[in-house]
Amino acid sequence: MTKKNYDREETLKLGFAGNVVEKKVKLADDQAKPWDLDTKFQYAGKHIPRFDGLAKASGRAKYSYDMNFPGMLHARIVRANIPNGKITDIDVSGAEAIPGVKATMLLKKVGDRVRFDGEGVAAVCATNLEIAEDAMRAVVVTYEKMAHAVIVDDASKDGAPIVDKGDTNKSPESVNINPREVSEDEINKRFAAADAKVEATYRTQVQTHSALETHGGVAKWDKDSSGNPTLTVWASTQGSFSVLDGLCGNLKLDRSQVEVICEYMGGGFGAKFGADQPTLVAANLAKKAGAPVKCMLNRKEEHLAGGNRPDSIHHVRAGATDGKIVVFDVTNYGTGGYTGGAGARNIMIYDMGASRKVEYAVKTNCGPATAMRAPGHPQGSFVLEQVVDELAEKLNMDPIEFRLKNDRYPMRKAQYEKAMELIDWSRRNKKGGEGALAGTGPKKRGLGVGASTWGQNGNRDGTAMAVIINADGGVEVRNGCQDIGTGTRTIIGICAAEALGCPLENMKVRLGHTRDPYGPASGGSVTAPTVTAAAKDAGHAAKLAFLDKISKKLSVDAAKLDISLGKVFVKDDPAKSWNWHDACKLLGVETVEVTKERSDNFRANFSGQVGGVQIAEVEVDTETGVVRVIKVVAVHDAGLVIDRLTFESQILGGVIQGMSFALFENRVMDRKSGKMLNNNLESYKIPGSLDMPEIVTVAFDISNGHNSAGVAGLGEPTVIPTAGAIANAIANATGVRVRSLPMTPDKVLAALAAKGGSR
Amino acid sequence: MNRFEYLEVTTLEMAGKLAAEKGAAVRAGGVDVQDLLKEHLIEPASVVSIRNVPNLQEIKAGENISIGPRVTLAQLAADRAVASKARAIAISAGEAASPQIRNQATCAGNLLQRPRCWYFRNEELLCARKGGPECLAHDGENQYHAIFGNKNCAIVHPSNLAPALIAFDATVKTVKVGGARREISVAALFVTPETDIHKEHVLEPGEMMESIEVPAAALAGGAKSAFAVVREKQTYDWPLLCAAVKLTMDGKNIKDARIVLGAVCPVPLRRENAEKLLIGKSLDESAARVAATAAFDGATPLAQNGYKVPMGIAMLMRAILEAGGLS
Repeated sequence: MTKKNYDREETLKLGFAGNVVEKKVKLADDQAKPWDLDTKFQYAGKHIPRFDGLAKASGRAKYSYDMNFPGMLHARIVRANIPNGKITDIDVSGAEAIPGVKATMLLKKVGDRVRFDGEGVAAVCATNLEIAEDAMRAVVVTYEKMAHAVIVDDASKDGAPIVDKGDTNKSPESVNINPREVSEDEINKRFAAADAKVEATYRTQVQTHSALETHGGVAKWDKDSSGNPTLTVWASTQGSFSVLDGLCGNLKLDRSQVEVICEYMGGGFGAKFGADQPTLVAANLAKKAGAPVKCMLNRKEEHLAGGNRPDSIHHVRAGATDGKIVVFDVTNYGTGGYTGGAGARNIMIYDMGASRKVEYAVKTNCGPATAMRAPGHPQGSFVLEQVVDELAEKLNMDPIEFRLKNDRYPMRKAQYEKAMELIDWSRRNKKGGEGALAGTGPKKRGLGVGASTWGQNGNRDGTAMAVIINADGGVEVRNGCQDIGTGTRTIIGICAAEALGCPLENMKVRLGHTRDPYGPASGGSVTAPTVTAAAKDAGHAAKLAFLDKISKKLSVDAAKLDISLGKVFVKDDPAKSWNWHDACKLLGVETVEVTKERSDNFRANFSGQVGGVQIAEVEVDTETGVVRVIKVVAVHDAGLVIDRLTFESQILGGVIQGMSFALFENRVMDRKSGKMLNNNLESYKIPGSLDMPEIVTVAFDISNGHNSAGVAGLGEPTVIPTAGAIANAIANATGVRVRSLPMTPDKVLAALAAKGGSR
Repeated sequence: MNRFEYLEVTTLEMAGKLAAEKGAAVRAGGVDVQDLLKEHLIEPASVVSIRNVPNLQEIKAGENISIGPRVTLAQLAADRAVASKARAIAISAGEAASPQIRNQATCAGNLLQRPRCWYFRNEELLCARKGGPECLAHDGENQYHAIFGNKNCAIVHPSNLAPALIAFDATVKTVKVGGARREISVAALFVTPETDIHKEHVLEPGEMMESIEVPAAALAGGAKSAFAVVREKQTYDWPLLCAAVKLTMDGKNIKDARIVLGAVCPVPLRRENAEKLLIGKSLDESAARVAATAAFDGATPLAQNGYKVPMGIAMLMRAILEAGGLS
C-alpha cells in the first residue's frame, strides 16, 4: 500500500445558523472535500422514501424468521423451570424417541448451575415446530434446587441466597468524585449550605427489549468445490460480523468457510450482538442433523433470556445556589440479572458543581441484562431531569432558564428555544397543579422538559464499501453490515449517489452479507456516522475510477470531467455533457469496481457531542391516575441530515420507546417462584396506536465536520430524555412527583393521596 | 399445544355431545381456546368448532334483543339497534381487547373465557384454581387482582360484556346434552371461588349457549346506560376496573338503577346497596358520589391493589352521571 499524503488542507464551514465557525482539515490527495455548510446537495437532506420501504411493506423483504429450505428442521431450547439450582440429570432419550426428532444437544451438563428461570439447558430439532415442541417437553431435567432471589431487595439483604458464585450478590462499589480533589466533607458542606435542596429516592424498572423479531437464526451447511464444509447463517442481528466471529470460534471454522446474512432484521435495541445461543444451537444442530435448522426464540423466551435494561434505585442529594447546581450526590444500584452490571448514567449534561456517584450492582436470579438503547442513560436521565426540575422549582426559576444556566452547550440553547416555541412553553403552569393549563377539572395538563446528549461516534474501524458501476447504468454499493431498521441501506445509497453523481434511482445497496466489505456492528449509534462517511468516500473513489475509464473513450482528460445530477460533463465547458446511461454504455464489457476504506474522523469538529431537547405535554386524570401524553416536541441534532424521513423516524421511535418506558413497560417477577409473570406482550405493556401522542420531530441541522460526511448517530439520544420530560410534565400538571417508573395510575394516585387527596 | 383431532359440527347438540363425552374443547372464535392450548392449560383429545352451525351469528333487535353466541364483539359494538337501546352493552364490547381480537372473539366466548390471572395462565405455576394449595396472588403480584370476594382466589372476572348484560337483566338460553333447554340469568351464570374454585360458570359439560337475551322490560321506559373502563393503556389492555350503569329516569329523578362492576371480583359484581342509594333520588354529583362510594364499601384490597377503590369510585361516579345524561 502506498503511503498517503495528507498535506492537502481544506477549510470547512461548520456549525448552524447563527453559530458558524471555520475549521481546517487535512485530507489525502484522493479524498473529496468533506461535506459542510457550503455543500450544495442533490439528494441529501430531502425526504427520501426508504429504498426497501415497498419490499418491507409488501412482505417481500425476507427476515431470518422467513427463511425456509427444503428439509429444514425446527429447533427448540429446553429451559430451566427453576430460578436457581444444580442440574442432577438431563435425560433426552424421551425426546429422541419421538418420530421426527433429528438431533438433540446439551447446553449444560450434569453438575452445572442454572441461575435463572429460562436458562437454556438443552436443545432439540425436528421436522416441524410442533414435534420440536413435543420433544422439548419430553426432555427431563432434574435439579437440586437452591434458594433464589429475583429482586434487588431480596438479593442484597444479609443472608440472601447466592445467585451465582462467591459469597455476596453485590458488586464492589465504584466511587466517582468530580472534580477529583473534592472531599466527602466538601460534598456534605455544599449540600448543607445550598439555597435549594433535593433529597429523594427514584426507581426505574427492568425493561425488556421486546423487538418484534425475536433472537435467532437459520443455519445451513454445504460443501465448497473442494469438499470442505461451509456454513451459511441467516441471523437476526445488529452485528453481522460479530456473529461471524462467534460462529467461527464456536465451530472452529475459518472465516472463509462461513457467511452470515442479514438483509433485513426486525429490531435489536442492543440485545443482538454476537452469535447468540439460538443461532449457535441452529448451527450445531444443523451440523449434527445434516439439514438446515431454524432456531428462533418465542416471545416468552425473548423476555426471559433475550436481554433487558437493568433497573435502578437512586438515592440522591442535590443542591443549588444562585441558580447554579453546586452539588449532586448519588448512590445508585440495580440488577442486571445473574451476570450483574447495572450502571446508570446521569451527570453528562449539566455542570453539577461537585458530584459524587457511588454505584454498585446486585445479582439476581433473572435473565442477563444486555446493552439497551443508550445503556444506563434513560434511567439516569429520568432521575437527573427530575432533580434539576425540583431544584429549579425551589429556586422559583423556570426549569429551562435554570437548565440554560447550568448547560454550556450552545446547540442545546437553540434547541430549547425551538422546542419552547413549538409547544408554546408560555402555557406552562407557573406552579405545579395550578394554572390555566392545569385547569380546574379533574383532568390536568402540564408541560415538562428533558435534555439529551450523545457522542459524535463512528469510526474508521476497517469499514469499507464496494461500489460497482455497470455498463447498463446500474450502480451497486455493497457492505456487510446490517440495517437494523433505521434506514442504513437508504442513507448509504443516498451518500454514495451524492458523491458519485449518479441518478438516485440507479443506486442499489446490498447489505448484510459478510463476504462483502466489513461494516460496523450497530451499537453506540455508530452505524450512520461510520457508513455514510464510507459511502461518500467510496462513491467519490468510484467516480474517479469511472471517469478514468471513460475519459479514454471520450478523449478528454479525466481530471477535466465531473459528474453531477446524473450527467458527466466537462468542467470548463458544462454544455459538453453525456447523460449517465450513455456514459455508462462506454464501459462496454467492463465494469467499474472500487472498494474503498473509510477515511479517518477529523479532530477539528464543531462539537464532540450531539444534543437534543424534548418537551412533553401530558394530561393527568387526577381521579383515576391515568396519564395521557398529548404531545411531544423533540428537537435533535445529529450532524448532516441525509434523509429527513429516516431521521424523523428515528426520533419518533425514540420518543415512543421513551414514553413506553415512562408509562407502561415493566418486567414483573414473582418473588416466591422466581418466574416472570408477564412473559408475553399481553401484560408486558407496549403502547399502541391510541396511546400515541402527537409527536413533532425537528431535525436540527448542523454541519459538524466530525467525519467526511458530517453525520452523527441518532438512535440512542432520542430515547434518553422522554421519561424525564413526561415525569416533569406530570409534576407540572398535578403538583406532585412520581419518582418511580413506570408511572402507572396506582403510583400517580398514591402520590396525589400523599399530598392530600385528588382534586 | 398437544395433538388433537379437529372436528366441525353443524348443530350445537353435536358439539355438546362431543364436549360431554369426549372432553372436546368447544371453539367459537377460538381466542381463549387457543391461548389455553398454547399454554397447555388444556390438553383435549379433540377440539370441536361450531363455525358451521347455522344462525349463531345474528343479532335480532325488536322489543327485546337476542344475541347469537357467535356474534363477534366487533359486530355487537357496531350494531346500531343495540347501541341505541342498550348503549352500555355495545360500548362494553367495543372497549374490549383490540380490533383484531374483537373481530374474532365471540359473545359466548367473552362470557365463558377463563381468567387472565398471570398465576393461573402460567402452566408452571400451580395456583388454587388449578388444584394447588393456595392462591398465589395473595402473597404475590396482585396489582391487577380482585378487591372483593378474593379470600380463596383473587382472580377478577375478565368479561367486559358480563357487567353490561347483568345491568340489563340479560339471560342466556342453553341446550344440554339430550336436548333439555334452560334459561339462566347472566347474574346467576358465574360461580364464586367459595362455591367452586375450579370453575367460573354454572354450565354443565356439554351444555351449549344458544343465545343471549336482553328482555323487553329492561329496554322499556327509556333506560339510559353507560359503560366505563379504566385501563393503563388505551390500546389492547385489560381493564383495571370497569362498570356498567343503567338508570331509568323520570325527569331528574331516578326510578330504577343497576350498577355492576367488572374486574374487581372473581364474578361480575352487582352493587344493590349503591343502587338503592340512587333510587328515588334526584341525580346530581353528590348523589352519584354517595352511591359510587357505597359501591366500594366492604372492599378487601390486597397489598398492591388498594388503588382500585378510589379509582373505582371516581370511575363509577362518572359512569352514573353519564348514564343520567349529566356529563
